[in-house]
Formats: sequence, C-alpha cells, structure tokens
Amino acid sequence: MKKLNSKLYRNLIMVAAAIAVYAFIAYGMNTNMLPRATQTLAIKACYNVILALSLNLIVGFLGELSLGHAGFFALGAYSGCIFSINSSLPIEIRFFVAALIGGTVAAVGGFLISSSILRLQGDYLAIVTLAFGEMIRSFIKIIPYTGGTSGLNGIPSLGSKFMTFSYSYVFVIITVLVIRNIVTSRHGRAITSIRDNAIAAESVGINIKAFKIKVFTVGAFFAGIAGVILGHYINFIEPANFSYNVSIEVLVMVVLGGMGNLLGSIIAAVIITFLPEILRGFDKYRLLIYAIALILMMLAGNSPKIIELRAKAKVKIMMLRRKALARKGA
Amino acid sequence: MQQLVMTLIDGINLGSVYALVALGYTMVYGIAKMLNFAHGDIIMVGAYTIVVFISRLAISVPLAMFLCVAFCAGLGFVVEKLAYKPLRHATPLSVLITAIGVSYLLQNLALLFFGTNRQFIVKFINVGSFDLFGVSVSGISVIIWVTTIVIMLGLYIFIKKTLLGRAMLAVSEDKGTAQLMGINVNRTISITFIIGSALAGIASILYSAKYLNVDPYTGSLFGIKAFAAAVFGGIGSIPGAMIGGLMIGLIEALTASYLPFNLNAASDGFAFVILIIMLVLKPTGLLGKNYTEKV
Amino acid sequence: MKMAKRLLALTFALLFLAVGFAGCKKNDTADQLVIGGTGPLTGEASTYGTSVKRGAQIAIDEINEAGGINGIKLKFIFEDDEADGTKAKAAFEKLMDNGMQIFMGTVTSGAGVALNDAIKNEGLLHVTPSASQIEAIISPNSFRICFNDVDQGKAMAEYIYEKLGFTKAAILYNQDDSYSSGLYEAFKARWNELGGTISADTSFPKSATDFNAQLTKIAGSDAEFLFMPIYAEKAAQIVIAANSKNINLPVIGCDGLDGILNYLQGDNAKLVEGLIYYTPFIASDPSENVKTFVAKYKDKYNIEPDQFAADAYDAIYVIKAAIEKAGLTVEDTKLTAKALGEKLVPVMTQIEVDGLTGKMTFSESGEPTKSAKVAEIKDGKYVAKE
Repeated sequence: MKKLNSKLYRNLIMVAAAIAVYAFIAYGMNTNMLPRATQTLAIKACYNVILALSLNLIVGFLGELSLGHAGFFALGAYSGCIFSINSSLPIEIRFFVAALIGGTVAAVGGFLISSSILRLQGDYLAIVTLAFGEMIRSFIKIIPYTGGTSGLNGIPSLGSKFMTFSYSYVFVIITVLVIRNIVTSRHGRAITSIRDNAIAAESVGINIKAFKIKVFTVGAFFAGIAGVILGHYINFIEPANFSYNVSIEVLVMVVLGGMGNLLGSIIAAVIITFLPEILRGFDKYRLLIYAIALILMMLAGNSPKIIELRAKAKVKIMMLRRKALARKGA
Repeated sequence: MQQLVMTLIDGINLGSVYALVALGYTMVYGIAKMLNFAHGDIIMVGAYTIVVFISRLAISVPLAMFLCVAFCAGLGFVVEKLAYKPLRHATPLSVLITAIGVSYLLQNLALLFFGTNRQFIVKFINVGSFDLFGVSVSGISVIIWVTTIVIMLGLYIFIKKTLLGRAMLAVSEDKGTAQLMGINVNRTISITFIIGSALAGIASILYSAKYLNVDPYTGSLFGIKAFAAAVFGGIGSIPGAMIGGLMIGLIEALTASYLPFNLNAASDGFAFVILIIMLVLKPTGLLGKNYTEKV
Repeated sequence: MKMAKRLLALTFALLFLAVGFAGCKKNDTADQLVIGGTGPLTGEASTYGTSVKRGAQIAIDEINEAGGINGIKLKFIFEDDEADGTKAKAAFEKLMDNGMQIFMGTVTSGAGVALNDAIKNEGLLHVTPSASQIEAIISPNSFRICFNDVDQGKAMAEYIYEKLGFTKAAILYNQDDSYSSGLYEAFKARWNELGGTISADTSFPKSATDFNAQLTKIAGSDAEFLFMPIYAEKAAQIVIAANSKNINLPVIGCDGLDGILNYLQGDNAKLVEGLIYYTPFIASDPSENVKTFVAKYKDKYNIEPDQFAADAYDAIYVIKAAIEKAGLTVEDTKLTAKALGEKLVPVMTQIEVDGLTGKMTFSESGEPTKSAKVAEIKDGKYVAKE
C-alpha cells in the first residue's frame, strides 16, 4: 500500500512538473517575456529530448552502442515531410499523420537494420550503425522527391512558434510515457537483463534477438517522429542536417544524462540544446569550450576521487536519514 | 581496359593511405581495447606541423619529418595522460565520448591557430612518377605502400619478439593475468598509445606529401573512412587493416569512376553499404578474431 | 546519484534562467539602425562567413566615418550559424532579440532557405550577399547580391558553347554542396539543350581529399575542357592533383572559383594559368572603388578579399541606397523591423547601386540585374576577359 502511494506521489509530481514547464514556456512565448532565441530553442529542445530518450533506450537500457541515430532521424524527417508537403489535410491532422508515417518508416528502417546485424557486438555494431546513418544520408541525394543535395523545400509550418512548440511538446510527453512504461515493465527488466548479462538472460528464457529488434524498432520510431518535428520546425531539410555529428551529439546527451536514466537524458538534451547559445558571446572559443566541457564532464563523472566523494556523501545522507527516523521513532 | 587498370591503381593508392591510418586505429584498439576517435585528428595536427616546419620555417625536410613524428608522439602522450589514463576503469562508452571530445578539441585548436582556410604545403618529397606497363604510377604512392608494409612487418616483429611487445600482447589478452605476471598494465597501455601516435605522425607526413594540403577537419573525415577500413579487415588485426584499407580505397575509386551519373551523387555511400554487407556476413570483419563469450 | 541529479537539475534551472533573460537588451542608442547578419564563422564553411563579416564591416565603418546616412549611424551585429538551418534559426532570433531592423544574411543557401518563413513573417528588409540557391529568396521582402545558380549555370553553358566553341565537357562537382549541385544541374540542362555532349560526368563527396579516380575518368574521356562549379578551396586541391596526373584540360568554373590564387603559392600558381570563371568581382579590377576596397581589406585583415567580401560590402551599400531612397530620418530608427521593411522593400526595385560587383538594379522577385564578367587568370593575376 505504502509502495503504491509513493509511486502515485512520484507520478503526480512528474505530471505537475510537465504541466508547470509547459505553462511557463507557453506564458513566456505568448507574452514574449522569453527572448525569441529561447523560444525557438525550446522547440529544438523538444526534438532533442525525443532523440535522447529514444537513443537511451538502445544505448542505456539495451546496452548496444548505436552511432546511427541520425539515419533514423533522417528517414522519419524525409518520409513524414514528403507526405506533409503533398497532402491537403488540415495542418494539425496532417502533422500527426506525418509524424506517424515518419515514425513508421524509421521503425521499418530500425527493424531491418537490427534484424540483419544481430550477430554483431560492441564496436562492430557501432561502426555498422554509423555506416547505416551515413549510407542513408548519402542515398537521400539520389532518391527522387527528396530534393537531393539542395534539400527538401516548402515543408508547411504549424503556424506560430507557440503552436509548433505545443505540438512538439505533446510528442515529448507521449515519448516519455511510452518509453517509461517500456522500461518499467517486464519487458524493460528483460531488456536491462540483456545489457547486464546476456548469457544469463538467455538462460532464463529471454529471447535476446526478439528484444534487440524490438528496442531498435521502438527507438527508431521515436527518432523518426523527432525528424518530422525538425522538418516542420525549420520548414526545410537537407542531407547535411543528418550527418554523423548529429548521432554523436545525441549520444553525448545520453551519456551526460546517465545511461539508463530518463530524467537525465531529458535534462542533458535541454542543456546541450542551450549550451551553444549560452556560449555565443565567445564566438571562436565556443566549440573549444564545448569540447573541453565534454572531456571534463566525462573525467569528473569517472574519476575515482569524485566517485569516492559521492559514495561518502551517500553514506552520510543515509546516516542522517537513519538518525532522523530514529528520532521520530523515539 | 587501360582506364580500368588506372582506376584500380588509383584505388590501390588511396587504399594505401587508408591502410596506413587504419594501422594506428587497429593497433591501439587491439591492445588497449579502445576506439581512439582522435587518431585522425592527431594526423591532422601532424600535417599542420609539416606546414609550420616546412612551409613557414623552411627547416630541412628530414629534421622536419623527425620533429613531426616526435610532436605527434608527444601529443599522444599528453592526451593519454590527461584524458584517457584517468578513465582506465570507466566504461568503454565514457572513453569513447572522451575521445570524441579530444577530437573536437584538436580540431578547434587548429581552427584557432591556423584559421579556417585550407593550408597548402609546398612539395617536399620530390619523386616523379614512372611507367609500369604503360601506366603511370606516382612515386609517392609507392613510398606509402612500402612504408605501410614496413610498418606492418615492424609491428608484427615488435609484438612477437620484443619483451615490451609481448607484454602488450598479454595485456590485450587479459589485463588481470598480465598484471599478475608482473606487467605494468597501465604503462604498457600508455606506451601503446605513444606508438600509435607516432604512427599517426608518420601517416601525417605521407599524407601531406601526397595531398599537399590540410584543414582542421581533414583528420576526422579521413579518420572515419580509415576507421571503417580497420573494422572491415577486423579491428585489432594488423594485416586486416591493410586489406581493409585496400578494399575501401578500391571501392571508392571504382564507385567514383564507374557509377552512372544519376547514382554518382551517392558515391560515398557505397563504401558504407559494402562495409555493412561485409559485417553482416562476417561479424568480426575479414580477419577479426572470433570470440565466444563464456559465462 | 540522487545528489548528482539534483545538482544537474539546479544547473539546468540556472542555465535556463541565464538564457531566459540574457539578450533582453534592445537597441540602446537612438540614432542607430541595427543591421544583423548570420553566416558560418566556425565549421567547414567558415571561410565564407568570415569574408562576409569582414566585407560588411568595412562598408559599415566607411559609412559611419562619413557621418552616417542622413545622420543615421549603422550598427552591425553578426551571429554564427555554422551554415546549418537550425542554428541559423536560433541565430536569427537572437539578432531579433538584439534589436535587428534590417537583415543582411545568410551567407549560405541552406541556412537561407531555412529562414524563409521567419523572414516573411517579420517582413523586414532582407538582403543576402551570397545565398545563390533559387529558393533562398522566395520571400517577397528578400533580395540578393550574387547571381542565382540557375542563371549562372545557364550563362556559363552558353558562354562556353558559343564563345569558346567547345562541345565536349567533363564535369566535376561537389555532391554535398547545394551551390555546386545546383550549378551542375542548370549547366547540364542548358548544355544538352545547346547540343553539347558530356564526356565525363563525375562528382566527389565533401569529405573527399583524393580526386584521382575522378581525374582518371576525365583523362580517359575525349573532353575538351573541365567544368568545375565548385569553390576555390577544393578547386585548388583538384588542380594540384590534376597536374600530377598530367591533365592539361582548360579549367572553367563559376564565381566560386574566385580567390583560387590565395591557395596556390609559388609554382602552383602556374597551374591555373588560363583558368576561366564567371564572376561579378575581380580583385585586380583597376576601377577606383575596387582598388580602395582591396587596399583597406588587405590592410585590415592581411588577405586579399574574395567575392564573398565584395558581395557583403555591396549588400551594405544597397541597404544604404534603399535607406536614402526611402528618405529615412533619424526619427525612423525607432521603428520596428516590420515598419522599416514596409518603407524599404518597395524602394528596392527603384534603386541603382554601382558597387564592387558591378552596377545593379533589383527585380520584383529579388534577383539582381547586373552585368557579369568573365575573368581569366593571366600571369598569376585575375583579369577581365572580353
């Protein structure tokens, strides 16, 4: 009973937080209290959050290093946006259908690539996914209807920034809910067991291959949706938007936020979205600072001293809590 | 027919550069089990030292070459000490991200020091081309091939015959046991790294001698292809790097030359397609070790 | 772990607030007009953005030193967009936050197309120095200084076929660059129409450093010339590689080839002897305005200006001409971007500017009408070819 309550309590907090964030940004946008650069970046943050969450499912929970997320992102963006340009549905419905189409096409891509590379592990998987992403980017240039190298033009806009943000936010919520439900379900435990010890997982009857395919398909689906949001946000996409640097940037979000930590991914995605903007004044030192920050964060997260400090702090907090409880009990 | 032969020679020449770069990737990976994403960028830095020493300071070519290799090895030492060594016990992914960070860092440092313009290098290794059965073969490509093969053999002998080499082999097999055998694992990995960076230095000399230019992004773009070559041949395998480099070079030359014009715009995608097919058929690359995980 | 999370959350909140309230400063001094620009200052396309920023700055300084336009001083702010659509979007909004009233950007086409909607909604005067893709100025308030890809590709095909009398072409273009592939498409279409044949049709990806396979194909064909609709930097690499393969075809290109001599020092400069390209700007032009500009630019930045710098310089003077034509006064500097746009956009078609890149007028669609020059490299110098 108590457990159930705490779960409910946590869910309530999350819902409240989601509403509060939305209300804050919506208010800021409608009153123009937020600077306009922040307003556009809020939309960018939405699709980055979706990308980070979906990659976290693959890298953080399943434990497979994928460097090809940009490929799924591209598949979704192009298929969804080509639909959106050629359809005459009302824009709101069109956007949702486009997202569904983009997600599905990307999911098919995820299914195909994951089912053909099941035997690959570790770094080999990393390079194949990287090759997959680059292959997609390269072939877009010769596929008809994609606009080729010059890019796909005239993707309809959802109206104001506020509208675009609102629709994107809906998809963020959907992504969070679906992925959270997957990882906390029985499936999620099966997936993490594959990450932690594949052989042990198999021995208790978990079908590793099926789960790998499922995870890649779901991850690709959401990456595809992120692509559709990107298209409707800048109204123009070109192959250069989907280079492997994008995959790496998303991976950085996942690692910074903590592998297998959904909240962490969300926060890291938002930070990485805003970081270049915060560093804007520094012009040519910007990317340099970004690189140094990246290295320092990795070092800080893994240095034995900091880990030790963290462990000590943990123990201290536990002691304090125990004392407090004891006092209460007395 | 002659056209095909010439294209194949182009491919082999390009492949030689990939192979040379791939050797560095594969050696570090084979022993330290670490993907050094910044390897290509160390080559880029090496090429800039050539720009400085030869084009700007005009010091003698052999000395410049020596300084270039020394500088790269030194850079490798510093990078290893500051960025990789503290992460010895971290997850491979953290190390990978750090390597990406180092790669960005080197690129942007080069950008800061040398600006965005591509730097062109005066020709500093003067070997003409010669005729081989009526086809012209460039001398510098022959030098690259000879160097690559010499390095390959040298590495092979070094690893099999010397004490340090065997220590490296032991570390790559099993770090824990190697430690028990009295091998200083930490130091061995550091040395591996320095040797890898020195190889990058050699690669950068030959790269700049062949292409005579460099910009801050040269290393990362070229590095990805070379990395693909290393995986193609089976990463960790030294002959594999040679074969992988050769294959990627040939595929690129053939696709650039023989694809009909409507597919030509995607010529860089085909190397990746073949890489994927290769790995689907043989998951550890052409000459990679098959390993089965035990409980 | 929990603490780490909380720390992260805290930093996030702080950062968000920092961004949230940064950049809230508006145009501070009253008698200034704020001209904003975006372009790549970092990343692989950064040479172009850097040139544009420099060229524009020289024009701005000149105007301000001469007392401004009817007493109106100009303020120039430039943001990095890394030639990327999403970054350009943020950069544009950032400029709006900082009180931009007239937009002089983007440098590259992809970023420009990504801003179409925003520019249309803002209704401000938009003059791009160098975004040459047709779609980069589809908004009615957009104008450009450079030629568009289609017109240029066509003009080049006609010039080569009719004036030079060649009929067999070899083409080498950059498959990852919309400027290059746009020119390629336009050239090819017109060339086939005219009755020319294409003997070798090849491309390279932007990551390419090795062009030997492509050159082998070209060498093996019966082409009479090599058409390279690419930028000078890559062209310099290719020319060097072609030399070592003993390919001596005449090289012909478009305005992107301008500045190629910056990359080819010493003996290498001889490799492009006789190179022909289409350009609005020639740095060795004997006319007075070009001379002073080149001298100023060299003095300030220690490098010869290229076409991008000249385009940007002209863009600022085009804006100046529009401001004069519309008769703006110091009072008008308080107007919003949109209100200014309503005054400035209609007069754009009425102005004529004699700039570094020639005498130009603008059509309703935003395209410039100006005469192009065909330049040739002779004795290591760019000279006009009649």
